[in-house]
Amino acid sequence: MEPIAVISIFVLAVFVGFEVVSKVSSTLHTPLMSGANAIHGVILVGAIIVADHSSTNLELGFAVVAIVLATINMVGGFVVTDRMLEMFKGKKR
Amino acid sequence: MSRTLYDLIGLAAGVAFILALKGLSHPKTARRGNLIGAFGATLATLVVFFYVSPELSLPLNNLGWILGAMAVGLAVGVPAARKVQMTQMPQLVALFNGVGGGAAALVAIVECLHLGAKASMAEVIFTVFTVSVGCISFSGSIITFMKLQELMTTRPVIFPAGRFIIAATLVSVIGVGAIIVALGTTPLLVLAALSLLFGVLFVLPVGGADVPIVISLLNAFTGLAVAASGYVLDSVLLIIAGTLVGASGTILTRLMAEAMGRSLFGTLFGAFTAKPQDVSGAAEERPVRSGSPDDVAILLNYARRVVIVPGFGLAVAQAQHTVRELADLMISKGIDVAYGIHPVAGRMPGHMNVLLAEANVPYDQLEEMDEINPTFSQTDVAIVIGANDVINPAAENRPGCPIYGMPILQVSNAANVIFLKRSMRPGFAGIENELLYDPKTMLLFGDAKASLTKVVSALKAL
Repeated sequence: MEPIAVISIFVLAVFVGFEVVSKVSSTLHTPLMSGANAIHGVILVGAIIVADHSSTNLELGFAVVAIVLATINMVGGFVVTDRMLEMFKGKKR
Repeated sequence: MSRTLYDLIGLAAGVAFILALKGLSHPKTARRGNLIGAFGATLATLVVFFYVSPELSLPLNNLGWILGAMAVGLAVGVPAARKVQMTQMPQLVALFNGVGGGAAALVAIVECLHLGAKASMAEVIFTVFTVSVGCISFSGSIITFMKLQELMTTRPVIFPAGRFIIAATLVSVIGVGAIIVALGTTPLLVLAALSLLFGVLFVLPVGGADVPIVISLLNAFTGLAVAASGYVLDSVLLIIAGTLVGASGTILTRLMAEAMGRSLFGTLFGAFTAKPQDVSGAAEERPVRSGSPDDVAILLNYARRVVIVPGFGLAVAQAQHTVRELADLMISKGIDVAYGIHPVAGRMPGHMNVLLAEANVPYDQLEEMDEINPTFSQTDVAIVIGANDVINPAAENRPGCPIYGMPILQVSNAANVIFLKRSMRPGFAGIENELLYDPKTMLLFGDAKASLTKVVSALKAL
């Protein structure tokens, strides 16, 4: 990838990231953190790609551990966030 | 599937993540936001299995290993997320964050081993960044987990020359990173080990009450590590997703620190710069006024306005349902009842709202700190249930104590204060509370749930 393209994407994403969460009430800090936490679980995609690349047992071993960890991060993160938010919904009836 | 289609779907997933964060920032859309995020993540994961690049062919190599590992991850992650007690949820989030950081570091290590000498300078730099930041996030999160789970002391851990050891570790992380970049040799595992050490050292001095801020910061770190790995792996999606989390996590960390009246710097390094605390005389045997459930019931019965201040102790005792019963009973007697929720009551910002929502406490009875504080002077009784640090006047009048400067719920302005406590043990931050010895304070010792049940039946009998 062109370095300048990467830098552009990075800078724009930083601004979007700042912007979307700048006005959030403290009530939602915990679910928001948890949701953002789940999003970086997409490192799973990277883990799958390197598992495919792996040519030695060492590489494959590391990659498999990375897939396990990333899956826990992603799936667990979304499920626990949903559980928290489910309760918020309950009280609004 | 062509590269263009693959990248377009990646972009769609990136947009889903932006919408997810946006949705999560507002109560009404929060749940939908989270589902959109989950959808984006699922889409991104599925599409990898169908993408053919010039050097790859389908099905993916090691497909069995990949699917098996994902199954293991699902089998661990889903039950953990489903079964966790809401009281223990913050440490689970910390743990999920940590494993994400670990995964990012491993991905970068594998890719670097794979590329070997073919790696470009930029790729090596980003690999070094991912490995070190991912490892710091991993080990740091494990320590925050242990602190929240109370597997280790929640007080700041300070060791002689701590500042210098931490600085030296950081310098060696950077030094080893620079060597890797300059020489192209791969002492990557040395870098990983040093970074793991740094993560531990970096979190140890943080006091228990400040741990949530650190979790949020480490969350942002993991995001940045993921973004950097995206460059190495040539994945726009990883760059977008990682950067989003890094940026929003940084803002969130600052917001949390503000809600607690702390500077980020003070949170991380406060333990080293703080003057020795004065704890003189505070912990000695001093007279307190303790009452019976009947005394409490009588006090409540003649009150016009009662404010309930719940803390982590309420959650531990699982008393949220009983407290709602008490509140309903008081309301039926015509008493004005509100809950005063400190932004960081519990173990994390917003944690108490989650717990009370679980007990179906109506939303309009929950009042935030800024709304409730001016009303304490018209309040007859403030009931503090298992809270301590968030109402400790020391935060306002004892410069030098660890929570000094944190905004508190000013329950001391109420005409009467009732504390439901298990013991005289100080709160999570480990600071003595002067309010306990105030003449207008009445203490009701015992398990919060048992005490509340007795108060409810005493109040019914009146």
